[in-house]
Amino acid sequence: MSTIAHANHDHHDHKPTGIKRWLFSTNHKDIGTMYLVFSLIMFFIGGSMAMIIRAELFQPGLQFVDPQFYNSMVTVHALVMIFGAVMPAGVGLANWMIPIMIGAPDMALPRMNNMSFWIMPFAFALLLGTLFIEGGGPAGGWTMYPPLVLQTGKAFPFLIFAVHFLGISSIMGAINIIATVFNMRAPGMTLMRLPLFVWTWVITAFLLIASMPVLAGAVTMLLTDKYFGTSFFNAAGGGDPVLFQHIFWFFGHPEVYILALPAFGIISQIIPTFARKPLFGYASMVYATASIAILSFFVWAHHMFTVGLPINGELFFMYATMLIAVPTGVKVFNWVATMWKGAMTFEAPMLFALAFVILFTIGGFSGLMLGITPVDFQYHDTYFVVAHFHYVLLTGAVFALMASVYYWLPKWTGNMYDEKLAKIHFWLSTIFANVLFFPQHFLGLAGMPRRIPDYSIQFADFNMVSSLGGFAYGISQLLFIYIVIKCVLGGKKATAQVWEGARGLEWTLSSPPPYHSFTKPPKVTKALMDY
Amino acid sequence: MASKDIYFVPESSKWPIVGSLALFTSFVGAAMLFNQSPNAKYVFIIGLAAVIYMFAGWFSNVITESLEGKYNKQVDTSFRMGMGWFILSEVMFFAAFFGALFYARVLSVPWLSGEGHGVITHQFLWPEFKASWPMSVMPNPTNFTAFKDTIPAFGVPALNTLILLTSGLTVTFAHWALKKGQRKYLCAWLAATVALGAIFVYFQAGEYHHAYTELNLKLSSGIYGSTFFLLTGFHGFHVTMGAVMLAVILLRSLKGHFTKNDHFAFEAVAWYWHFVDVVWLGLFIFVYWL
Repeated sequence: MSTIAHANHDHHDHKPTGIKRWLFSTNHKDIGTMYLVFSLIMFFIGGSMAMIIRAELFQPGLQFVDPQFYNSMVTVHALVMIFGAVMPAGVGLANWMIPIMIGAPDMALPRMNNMSFWIMPFAFALLLGTLFIEGGGPAGGWTMYPPLVLQTGKAFPFLIFAVHFLGISSIMGAINIIATVFNMRAPGMTLMRLPLFVWTWVITAFLLIASMPVLAGAVTMLLTDKYFGTSFFNAAGGGDPVLFQHIFWFFGHPEVYILALPAFGIISQIIPTFARKPLFGYASMVYATASIAILSFFVWAHHMFTVGLPINGELFFMYATMLIAVPTGVKVFNWVATMWKGAMTFEAPMLFALAFVILFTIGGFSGLMLGITPVDFQYHDTYFVVAHFHYVLLTGAVFALMASVYYWLPKWTGNMYDEKLAKIHFWLSTIFANVLFFPQHFLGLAGMPRRIPDYSIQFADFNMVSSLGGFAYGISQLLFIYIVIKCVLGGKKATAQVWEGARGLEWTLSSPPPYHSFTKPPKVTKALMDY
Repeated sequence: MASKDIYFVPESSKWPIVGSLALFTSFVGAAMLFNQSPNAKYVFIIGLAAVIYMFAGWFSNVITESLEGKYNKQVDTSFRMGMGWFILSEVMFFAAFFGALFYARVLSVPWLSGEGHGVITHQFLWPEFKASWPMSVMPNPTNFTAFKDTIPAFGVPALNTLILLTSGLTVTFAHWALKKGQRKYLCAWLAATVALGAIFVYFQAGEYHHAYTELNLKLSSGIYGSTFFLLTGFHGFHVTMGAVMLAVILLRSLKGHFTKNDHFAFEAVAWYWHFVDVVWLGLFIFVYWL
């Protein structure tokens, strides 16, 4: 029990040692670190599955794996990357940064915080364990559409419970973030002074609370349909397989923004720092984020234009989808306007942020194309969709996460990372991510279906290019690990401010920050946040 | 915002990882049960026991800290926000099942009988099928249990509505007594609330028995049976949990844990109780009545 008194009362750097420090942690930085390390491990596990996929698709014909295993790689790659890599990375950053950005000693509910982390490895043990049991892993796609998913063998209940388990973790994490932001802010840290990263995360947390339970409901219905004879998704009993898609995407579309909004927040922190100008249109950024979040609950059926919806439904969801382009456009223009006439420098975080703005926008535009009902009839379930969401998630969300790691790594470790290697990592990632995914647009438009281990020979050339890009992208990520480890072990000492243009509370703390971030609430003034 | 000079940050705790491990064991056990693996039930039971151990340990830890006066206003507010948003997540869980119910009643069942854009489906799949609600004859009657009748709203369900609404009142009376510092009345009203909750669950169980044995209304009774049992079943489970929570609060009230101004645990459970109450009203209207 430590009731943390005033700062001069100096037991705030006393910390538990050994394995217990991590297993029983109630410290937001330790938990944040565990989240980030976990997410990096999952990024490589999911990445190796992607390598298997690209190896199989290197040439037409069946080369390396049998189709069942290929399908389970496609399925598990998606689940691992979404729930194991990108989401925990976002939560890890939230854990590390939100308390020190708002001037708090820790998260509002530190024990629950630790539980939300420790669920993750166990949940993935449930999921990944199925790859080694009789019948193999789930292979019906991460969207778990019935009736196909109901044919999953022994992996089925493990898949369902893994999803439940991850949902519990996400909801606890989200509740914690909301309580932290609304209850733990330092005096003077008014809502409209919150750093954008905090804003995007608190809005993300609301999305999580409202959408994860719906997913839990959907997979529960799958479970009872398979084992208890219910007919939610069985037309023979009056249900409808399409009902699953409605419920799933009611979760699934907000989920897309759960992955993307924290990335928007990261970019909104980084661009002002390296443009040495305040963020252009702060208030409009907040309102745009909130609008995107609210709209995300009214667009779900754009994932299902081809299942036979009534025409009015298709029109409604098409127009609602188009609307999301407005607040997203506001964000992109604000980022560009922030850079306008700024004194820009191009360190690794800024490079990744710039690549994000351009490449995420490409993903956004292909999303608009997919959102137009009549043309989606051609694009649906082709590689165009694969290209679209990888632009949004890899060159979008993952690039933002890479940017955030380079941006905050000196703050976390107290050491500067190797800028030269980081720049090489940036260029390798950017070039090869595009070699990997850009040709997939062409493949999709030419009609190559997704989730297929073999394909017609006219798709061979672009697939080979894509695979080569994939292997090179995968290998270049090893450089990232090397840079991170090198930085953790040593390097040029970082100052508290780290970046010349950095503003905000987190840069007033030492690098690395003390074990309990703010034992005494700092006074936040407008000047602190300003230029 | 609360007192600014002292923050409360709990020390390391084993409960979160015990809880994760316990839930993991339960999930593995449950999955093994579904797969009919040997020894599944032992794994499952050990898991559940560990979950109960975790809840008991974690809460007693929190109660001790609370009684030691370690929590300030800020911690109280964090707990309140936590409980409030947790209840919202529960609301969304039920929303998925209500969504399924409305979808079936308004869209999928009429489509199967050829309405709207379901013309072709109807013609090619089950041309004999006629939409009705409650839908006692399935589009494809094989593999599904046709039921004789449904449970009428104005019988036990109406009585249960009355019971739950009354329990909402009694828990409020308990709160008033608590705020006036009248522990005797607090305990009496709480005991009444727990009793009403138990009676509700008892009636609900009786109803299920009636449905299964006499009405032939089962989980496998098509979309009606599916939505009926999952909605009322999850609600009944929540009432049971709520009653257990109320019972714990009653025990704590008997021990004199709560004061006029400091009784968040009581309020949290009362909120939860009102939440199951409101869900029941939705059930009564949309599942039983309309």
